[in-house]
Amino acid sequence: MDKIVEMIGVDKGFPGVQALKDARLELYKGEVHALMGENGAGKSTLMKVLSGIYKKDAGEILIRGKPEEPVGPREAQALGIGIIHQELSLMMDLSAAQNIFIGREPRLSFGRIDDAEMNRKAATLFSSMHLDLDPQTVVGDLTIAKQQMIEISKALSFNSEVLIMDEPTAALNDAEIADLFNIINKLKANGVGIVYISHKMDELKRIADRVTVMRDGQYVGTVDAKETPVDQIIAMMVGRKVQHDPLVVPEISDVPVALEVRGLNRGKEIRDVSFKLHRGEVLGFAGLMGAGRTEVARAIFGADPLDAGEVFVGGEKRHITSPHDAVKAGIGYLSEDRKRYGLAITMDVAANTAMPNLENFTSQLGVLNESEIDTATQEMVDKLNIRTPSIHQEVRLLSGGNQQKIVVGKWLLRDCDIFIFDEPTRGIDVGAKAEIYRLIEDLTARGKAVIMISSELPEVMRLSHRILVMCEGRVTGILPGGEGTTQEDIMTLATQRDTNQQNAGYIQ
Amino acid sequence: MTASVDAKKEGGFLAGLIKSGAHQKLLAFASLIMLLIGFSLGSPNFMQMSNMIAILQATSVIGVLAIGVTLIIITGGIDLSIGTMMTFCAVICGVFLTYWGLPLPVGVVAGIGAGAFCGFCSGTFVAKMKIPPFIATLGMMLILKGLSLVISGTRPIYFNDTPGFDKISRGSLIGEVIPGLPIPNGVLILFLVAIGVAYVLSRTVLGRYTYALGSNEEAVRLSGVNADRWKIAIYTFAGAICGIAGVLIASRLNSAQPALGLGYELEAIAAVVIGGTSLAGGRGTILGTLIGALIMSVLTNGLRVMSVAQEWQTVATGAIIILAVYADMSRKK
Repeated sequence: MDKIVEMIGVDKGFPGVQALKDARLELYKGEVHALMGENGAGKSTLMKVLSGIYKKDAGEILIRGKPEEPVGPREAQALGIGIIHQELSLMMDLSAAQNIFIGREPRLSFGRIDDAEMNRKAATLFSSMHLDLDPQTVVGDLTIAKQQMIEISKALSFNSEVLIMDEPTAALNDAEIADLFNIINKLKANGVGIVYISHKMDELKRIADRVTVMRDGQYVGTVDAKETPVDQIIAMMVGRKVQHDPLVVPEISDVPVALEVRGLNRGKEIRDVSFKLHRGEVLGFAGLMGAGRTEVARAIFGADPLDAGEVFVGGEKRHITSPHDAVKAGIGYLSEDRKRYGLAITMDVAANTAMPNLENFTSQLGVLNESEIDTATQEMVDKLNIRTPSIHQEVRLLSGGNQQKIVVGKWLLRDCDIFIFDEPTRGIDVGAKAEIYRLIEDLTARGKAVIMISSELPEVMRLSHRILVMCEGRVTGILPGGEGTTQEDIMTLATQRDTNQQNAGYIQ
Repeated sequence: MTASVDAKKEGGFLAGLIKSGAHQKLLAFASLIMLLIGFSLGSPNFMQMSNMIAILQATSVIGVLAIGVTLIIITGGIDLSIGTMMTFCAVICGVFLTYWGLPLPVGVVAGIGAGAFCGFCSGTFVAKMKIPPFIATLGMMLILKGLSLVISGTRPIYFNDTPGFDKISRGSLIGEVIPGLPIPNGVLILFLVAIGVAYVLSRTVLGRYTYALGSNEEAVRLSGVNADRWKIAIYTFAGAICGIAGVLIASRLNSAQPALGLGYELEAIAAVVIGGTSLAGGRGTILGTLIGALIMSVLTNGLRVMSVAQEWQTVATGAIIILAVYADMSRKK
């Protein structure tokens, strides 16, 4: 097979961090090559070097055997390299076609844009991907999955021979993932080489041909994806074996209720949601994208308004209309979109960790006790194993997993009684995932109550003592955790659409 | 292993330096020194003590205003009303002292309080009513301009009946202690305000939330912080600082001039921007703003000393703003 990309001995440093050291990658035509490693292992950095976003300090990049140094994404595109970032970079107010052809719109005379031609080209592109989408749809109105498809279309419209996908399935549900894999297989057949970054092992087995593992910015090895056992790949990633104990479901019926929710309602998004959460319990929220799990969490937390419903904390009715009220009631919420809702990324680790807790670190005149903040932050950094050169490093310079740990840290420091984790391991590697799981287990062992929303069923099943399943804004059932419940049980409830209206209601 | 740990520590220190904005201040400071050197080569009169003091005196009002609006800009907002708010505060001072004949401290407190109240109003419009800061403060700008004219009957209010009022800005406490250094009180107040606000920004909850709101308001809200209330507090604080500027200018002119004020806000915002504060919010320092304000008044003064026509002084100021921000941008790349 033809080598299309070869990267040898690539080094890249940032202030305080050597992100890449002697990193390597080779990609054949028509191959899906998984790039794996823990957070901060340098996967994204390596791909940003390849796509011309970062300039390497040393090393060589051969494209079709010729040494190249792409400077900027434009030049990389000209070399046939397209990248689909973890964070989508679309203009939400423009249409699908406008997004795809931005900067190279077909023109009529006098610089007028040929919209008809542009829409036609986009439509052709979509039909080649078997994507049912009107090119004139405004991108902001689409689901994340569809938006991602547009990113892929955009990359393909450059006739890319190399396509880099950075965690493309992070925000997709199973059906959408299947669609994506169909498209990937089609691209493969057309000879496109695909670099696939993901933390999900099952995907790796389904889609990848080979795997290159990185650790601490260095190349560890390249192995065959189908033949190599998952354990071995994980061991390569973390440099040790990760093991987990089977879930023990505690008896919670006698334990006091930490949180009770009755008859939450808001439009079509939340329909008559009621449940109880006991102390020391992990209540998993399962469901498809758009089932209303995040909406319920945000409503309980006071981040979005409710039409109706009551919230009881520790048996006491609480009137929660803002996150401020929720935090006072002892509820902490970890958002799924940490960059947008969780962190002030231009501020440092200490400032972010202390954010919900400042009142505990101030004198009566409102003067901050910096040294106490620093000590507490340092303890949290050590406890959660957050990889940062210093607690005064700006959060935006850290990897996704470490950013997520900081969000966890800020609520741990706050010492809430009820934690709502919304997709806590999105974009997080195996090693850090295990740490987050252990953290959740520690919390419940200390009597804290946890709601965990996750789109990954294995994750829900691994941690939840009970599993609440939602579909179209309703609770369709609450299943016991542990061995007795299967993925199929959950999926049945998650797809139980509301056929006769009077049936929608409280199911215990 | 030890080596890598050391390297990391060094990185943290470097990152800390960059974060503290030392770079950007250095750049602004270097430009200030270059301007000073350039003008003293251009004119022998420039470097004289009397002229230096004149520059500082000219900086005092704009400097205090700029410090106030720095807070707002760090939250990601903007305040267009500070110019006419300053005048409004001066007029309120006049009402208390000249119209009602109340004692001097009462008038000063009333002036500053008026500013705090105006800031509270702007803050409420922005935080509670969700009006974009640009619009809310544009409205306030016109309201306060109108109110100043209405209250004063469009005529200046003089402070001739309040002996000592002009000393607030024009007297010199330092000059009494050190006779050779007649630095006016207005300048002293500017530096005291600067030190005070810099302390608030770096060491208090209010300051921390000022940066945090500018960095990611939604994250602050979801951290359970009562973001609206803090935002109003910040606007109120900035308004009070604006009130200080109002007292200063009234004292310097020994009168409240109701027609004055419009245009000051843009000069103050220019000083903030030259000082390296990002209009996108989240970043900025008082030291930068102070240097920015000094750059503007050194430029105006220097060009005047070199007999450059006033029209051209304005052109030069505009050019400096663009250059300063360009330099800051290219440094960030």
